[in-house]
Amino acid sequence: MAAHSDIVRQDLKTQRRLTLPSVAVIFLFGLVPLLIVMAYSFMKPAVYGGVEPELSLEAYVSFLFQRDLFDDTLVFSADYLLIFLRTALFAMVATLTCLLIGFPTAYYMATRPESQRNRWVLLITIPFWSNLLVRTIAILFIIRDDGPINAGLMALGIIDAPLPILFSNTAIVAGLFYSFLPFMILPIYSSIERFDFQLVEAGYDLYARRWQVLRHIILPIAKPGIITGSVLVFIPAFGAYVTPLILGGGNHMMIGDLIALQFRAARNWPLGAAFSMILMAFVLILLILQIRKNPREALHG
Amino acid sequence: MKRILIAAAAIALAPLAAHAEGKLNIFNWGEYTNPELLKRFSETYDVEVAIDTYDSNETMLAKVQAGASGYDIVVPSDYMVAIMIEEGLLAQVEPNTMENFKNVKEGLVDLYFDPGRHYTVPWQVGNTGFAVNSKAYDGNINTWSILFDTPEALKGRINVLDDMTAVINAAARYLNIPRCTSDREQLRQISDLLVAAKPNWRSFSYDGLTLLSTGSVDVSMLWNGATYKARTEDVDSLVYAYPAEGLEGFVDNVAILKDAQNVDNAKLFMNFIMAPENAALISEFAKYESGIKGVDAYLPADFAAAPELNTPAGVTPEFVPPCSQEVTAMYNKIWTNLRR
Repeated sequence: MAAHSDIVRQDLKTQRRLTLPSVAVIFLFGLVPLLIVMAYSFMKPAVYGGVEPELSLEAYVSFLFQRDLFDDTLVFSADYLLIFLRTALFAMVATLTCLLIGFPTAYYMATRPESQRNRWVLLITIPFWSNLLVRTIAILFIIRDDGPINAGLMALGIIDAPLPILFSNTAIVAGLFYSFLPFMILPIYSSIERFDFQLVEAGYDLYARRWQVLRHIILPIAKPGIITGSVLVFIPAFGAYVTPLILGGGNHMMIGDLIALQFRAARNWPLGAAFSMILMAFVLILLILQIRKNPREALHG
Repeated sequence: MKRILIAAAAIALAPLAAHAEGKLNIFNWGEYTNPELLKRFSETYDVEVAIDTYDSNETMLAKVQAGASGYDIVVPSDYMVAIMIEEGLLAQVEPNTMENFKNVKEGLVDLYFDPGRHYTVPWQVGNTGFAVNSKAYDGNINTWSILFDTPEALKGRINVLDDMTAVINAAARYLNIPRCTSDREQLRQISDLLVAAKPNWRSFSYDGLTLLSTGSVDVSMLWNGATYKARTEDVDSLVYAYPAEGLEGFVDNVAILKDAQNVDNAKLFMNFIMAPENAALISEFAKYESGIKGVDAYLPADFAAAPELNTPAGVTPEFVPPCSQEVTAMYNKIWTNLRR
């Protein structure tokens, strides 16, 4: 008995030692830069970019308040907050669209014969063979004024001038939706895949209508997948930079652009760092709420 | 597997085996470097040249500031040269003592950002205005009102550069307000003008050429040489505007980074591009005016006659030094408010 627990302990020790490299990598390339960003956010901007090592809360204050352009008093300003809220809205609409399209897709995949399913999973992952930037530019080609959508609609005589789809909010949301759809489909698929569909038959045998079957049998099974999928779509959509930059034409900033602007033309690194920290805090709060609400289900699937 | 690894290693190591005197890593704007020029330099001095590109001075600065960029040569515009010298990022290599320095145009030696040329030599000289597709609009285009008080036919068909300083300074010119003003009333006027104009704009992008050539916009803020290039190679109905209210001039300059690894090759390159026959190659490709005397003999005949390169009498492109941090902060507020 004692020998056995020794072996278990030995195993644990080995396991811990084996995780050391990955922990070190996370610490060095994840935590350390994060700490630097955090430190920067509490400093003062240097004249041409960079920071002065001097403690200052100005960056965080200016998130909600602005020294008035014209008389220097500190007044409430919703500029940055609005950009955060718009970003959250875009990310939410993208997440919902992903769910609406992704759930039936995942359901369809999970109900195929087992021998075919891997083929479907492969099809879903094909977009990942190319880079996000390439995929975003591909969308740009499709929706721009002389792209196939407008050309097609005009050839059919439905419209006579190209629809200005490119550089609109619709284009941004569509781009986010397309970029992150697989993150929604795959977790939902994996949560329904193992489901025993005899339970659905049992439901019908007990006179449940289709809607009731969906609501009381399938949805509860798919719920962990839906939650994971939503989190996986929402978070990258919230911090997206490439998509709004390319498809939005810079008309409506998302947080990603706002942060980039501070590090470049605006030459205010502390403000950019503070925005990054606020963005991260926002995401962390969402995750914690999620875990508290669904302690067991969250992030499974 | 092992065999694949060995093959991969062999491929990875192959360039090392090729003989080269040395290397030169250039970081320049996109669509700006004639491959012929690099080839000629590479063959003359037996140097292996690598090039990366950027789309704005700020992008380049951020990368260089982060340190260990690995580049030897960068090509900052005038105001960015001033910033980079002040930040101690450029090497003082005294190009004014180089053999070919005598070829630099007199007017470009004593400019505010590097008086006497102790750090940099001119690469190309141009200005920032806008281009209009004459198929879409045939009225008078030589005024900033095209952007700021847009005629009906062009509403929603305009791209402006995603360049805070260039756009705000253009608005200041339209309102006859000095550049980098810190007067709050004037800043408010600029801000109001921009906010009122924005609904008529389609996008903020550096990629105006693509937008014009794909018909996504009919007007784009653009540089004169880029317009020339696009007119001759792509959209022949483009016309470059010379706004009566004035426009911004720029000089892009070759500079050597302080942490450059291949300083000797970089100096060779500096001297090399001040020779007229080589400077001509730059202009032939990028379509901007050269900062070097005597290039015309090496350029195609239509070059000297191009309307994009012949600023009309009465219009003098203005070089604007970088605004103070205080003014930049206010520009930033105006810009964020505009783009929110």
